[in-house]
Amino acid sequence: MAQVSIRKVVKAYEGNVQAVKGIDLEIADEEFVVLVGPSGCGKSTTLRMIAGLEEITGGEIWIGGDVVNDVPPRDRDIAMVFQNYALYPHMSVFDNMAFGLKLRKFSKEEIKKRVDEAARILDIQMLLERKPKALSGGQRQRVAMGRAIVRNPKVFLFDEPLSNLDAKLRVQMRTEIKKVHQTVRTTTVYVTHDQVEAMTLADRVVVMNHGVIEQVGPPQELYHNPATRFVAGFIGSPAMNFLSAQITDNGGLAVELADGAKLAIPPQRRDRYAPYKGKKVTLGLRPEHLTETQDQEKPNVVQMDALVDVVEPMGMETMVHFFVRGEPVCARVDPNLVIKPEQTLRLAADMNNMHIIDDATGKVV
Amino acid sequence: MDDAVAREPRALTGTLAERSTPRRAASPRVREVAARLALVPTVLVMAVCFYGSIVWTVYISMTRSSMLPEYGFAGLFQYNRLFNSLSWQTTFDNMFIFGFLDVVGTLGVGILLAVVVDRHVRFESLFRTILLYPLALSFIVTGLAWQWILSPTIGIEHFVRGLGFPHFVFDWITQPETSIYTLVFAGVWHQSGFIMVVILAGLRGIDPEIWRATRVDGIPVWRAYVSVILPMLRPLIVTCIVLIVIAVVKSYDLVVAMTGGGPGFSSDLPAKFVIDYVFQRANIGEASAAAVIMLGSVIAIMGPYLHFEMVRKR
Amino acid sequence: MAAATNQARIGRIGLYAFLVTTCLFFSIPLLVVISTSFKPLSEVRDFSVFQLPAQMTAAAWGKAWQSACTGTECAGLHIAFWNSVRIVIPSVIISVLVGSLNGYALSHWRVRGADTLMLALILGAFIPYQVIIFPLVKIFSTVGIFGSVACIIAVHVLFGLPVMTLLFRNFYVGIPNELVKAARVDGAGFWRIFLFIILPLSVNMLIVAAILQTTGIWNDYLFGLIFAGHNNTPMTVELMELATTSTGVVEYNVSTAAALLTALPPLLLYFFSGRYFVRGITAGAVKG
Repeated sequence: MAQVSIRKVVKAYEGNVQAVKGIDLEIADEEFVVLVGPSGCGKSTTLRMIAGLEEITGGEIWIGGDVVNDVPPRDRDIAMVFQNYALYPHMSVFDNMAFGLKLRKFSKEEIKKRVDEAARILDIQMLLERKPKALSGGQRQRVAMGRAIVRNPKVFLFDEPLSNLDAKLRVQMRTEIKKVHQTVRTTTVYVTHDQVEAMTLADRVVVMNHGVIEQVGPPQELYHNPATRFVAGFIGSPAMNFLSAQITDNGGLAVELADGAKLAIPPQRRDRYAPYKGKKVTLGLRPEHLTETQDQEKPNVVQMDALVDVVEPMGMETMVHFFVRGEPVCARVDPNLVIKPEQTLRLAADMNNMHIIDDATGKVV
Repeated sequence: MDDAVAREPRALTGTLAERSTPRRAASPRVREVAARLALVPTVLVMAVCFYGSIVWTVYISMTRSSMLPEYGFAGLFQYNRLFNSLSWQTTFDNMFIFGFLDVVGTLGVGILLAVVVDRHVRFESLFRTILLYPLALSFIVTGLAWQWILSPTIGIEHFVRGLGFPHFVFDWITQPETSIYTLVFAGVWHQSGFIMVVILAGLRGIDPEIWRATRVDGIPVWRAYVSVILPMLRPLIVTCIVLIVIAVVKSYDLVVAMTGGGPGFSSDLPAKFVIDYVFQRANIGEASAAAVIMLGSVIAIMGPYLHFEMVRKR
Repeated sequence: MAAATNQARIGRIGLYAFLVTTCLFFSIPLLVVISTSFKPLSEVRDFSVFQLPAQMTAAAWGKAWQSACTGTECAGLHIAFWNSVRIVIPSVIISVLVGSLNGYALSHWRVRGADTLMLALILGAFIPYQVIIFPLVKIFSTVGIFGSVACIIAVHVLFGLPVMTLLFRNFYVGIPNELVKAARVDGAGFWRIFLFIILPLSVNMLIVAAILQTTGIWNDYLFGLIFAGHNNTPMTVELMELATTSTGVVEYNVSTAAALLTALPPLLLYFFSGRYFVRGITAGAVKG
């Protein structure tokens, strides 16, 4: 058990390409942290630097109170689960899990005890004699986790472990991983490009983009209070709508869209947005905050008209797509409504949940 | 080892893989007369020249044919004569001695080189070029070059004596007890580059995550090769062994160019034995029997191998 | 930490030492042959192949090409060189084309008995030539072409058939069958698809196969010895004659020059087409 500190860590490749541009991150003992971001954002590089599989160009990485920059992976007391599982194909499940312990000269009894314990946690006792070839994807995944658990390391590292599983199994294994973490309570760093995985698993989510950390925080906070346009767009599915707009003040502070529609800003937010009057901004509004109109509107809900382009019934909801001056917008409406393409639909925007992004900085204000 | 070996059986294992996969069912192809017509010459040639010839040779090996074919059945007469002749006994034993040493040497050197080159050495392509060029040479040229180097009168022995060791002796190639071993030098020299590129390609195909896993598990590099990586390549290594063994059975040019089978018939190999008996001694009956033994040796190796491959792929 | 780096460095040095030593071992045969071939006649009496020439001369090369004795004739290797060229070029073209046609028919068309033919080809690739050589002599004698250029070309095509077919078949199964289907919908038949779709897609493989066959056929000794006939003996056969014909003193400088002349075409091919060459010799074995 240990905390992990990443301090001003830089990874540069030949030709001065920086994959990671000086990031700071403190991970507490027993915490489950997920690094998420699009491919090439530096998340996997960061994980490999923690593992010692990539050299650190600058900065320091601490594991459990020691600087580990120059410590080889085997001496860092970490265990890792890989995307392709990296099981040794010619060894049985038992041997796969035992191999690392054997090399560390554990006694036979101790090895057996640990493997059996891990197998019990993962519910793979009946697979111990099999070869990886004879296992399903989900079972291989468990074995890979078993190999990590038996080592009882200071830190677990997961490198996109679920991306090779089909959708259904992925959801199931996600729950398993969370359960295992609740049982063994080992500090965990988990890398994924799937924001749903990040949201469901993490104590704290770290959103990375272009080698920097955009925002760190608990899932709910990232969802409700994204710090940047990137985080706002990356977290949440379907993605947040972005509309270019201007803050105007002609008889009350309002957001004026490109097509001239004016959406009044709630009074409690006026002070926050007043300084941006006249500036180019982007209005961010999640689809679930753009819905059909109600008889009895809540305060701070404004109405707008939309010319429906495409309707997507999803069962428990229906997504309606339309354009505002060429910018695509998606709204989430009651599935019981009958909506046709080309019709005009009156929608209600819940301005309590609006976000204003300063175009100059890309930050949410 | 026959030159043609260098170009022969590479295409095979891949073929086996596809044969047993159900891809055919996935994309049903169309019957067409033209396709069948295009294959007719091949079918005829395979049937007559390959398999027809084999049947003929097998039959002749069971007759009393000597200079001209005779067709009276004589059972195992030729085989009896063959295995009672001293020259065949030597030749047959030589196949195993040469075969064993050649497999061990070629495979050992080839794997070692592949592992070394796999360690991200600089100038890799230069090293590869040097290690692989023998494969472009014929066994005739290879055999002659090694004959000159190993010859006591102009080769190593003469050279070392000239350096001030007048009693230095290295005359394996002229001694009946040792001449067969000299073939191994040339065989290993010629073939280990090939084994290297095959194994290297296998090593490069190993999922990099396996390597990362061994590092996180704290396995030393040499141990990772021995316990994880090379065992993963076992099917490939078995393929290599089969290829080397087949090459050994077919070895003709190398013997001709290097030792001529001599002194006496001390370094003779079956491939040369058969040709000599057909074309110089005009004894096609005994030659056919020896050829059938060669065929049997190849089948004894290929049979289990093909079976193993099919089972593995399935 | 310092100890670990030191250890790693020693390991690296050992690695390179091993590689360089091995490369030396691999290049020595070629180097001694080259060095001997440039010696004058006076330096190849009571000499060692490891000594460098005191005087460089290309005289031995000239003799090997023009006037060295092979058996009873003394015209060097130049006739045999052209014999080899006459044999290699048609053999390579025919065997590569037939191989690709067969591979195409077997991979993209449904032919009854295709599996049997495949198995026959696979086994055919492994059959020792000795088992079928004598019957082949009989067959070619009966047809009446034994000992001619046509005969030796036919033999090379014949023995190249299994490997070429399998090589191309394995390559063509990687080409999606949808392409063939699309061409059929567009109205092309078996031959047109081969000419306009398949062949243009296999340029690389054609080069690989051609290099493989050129090297193999040029380096062949056994078939040339038996099937080519007296007037068409290829270079390898004449080289053996030259190296074993002794009139008094053995002219090692001429023999080495002759060996190099014989080795030169495939060696040049190797050095200038390295990637294709390697791909050819490893194709298939690696897939397993």
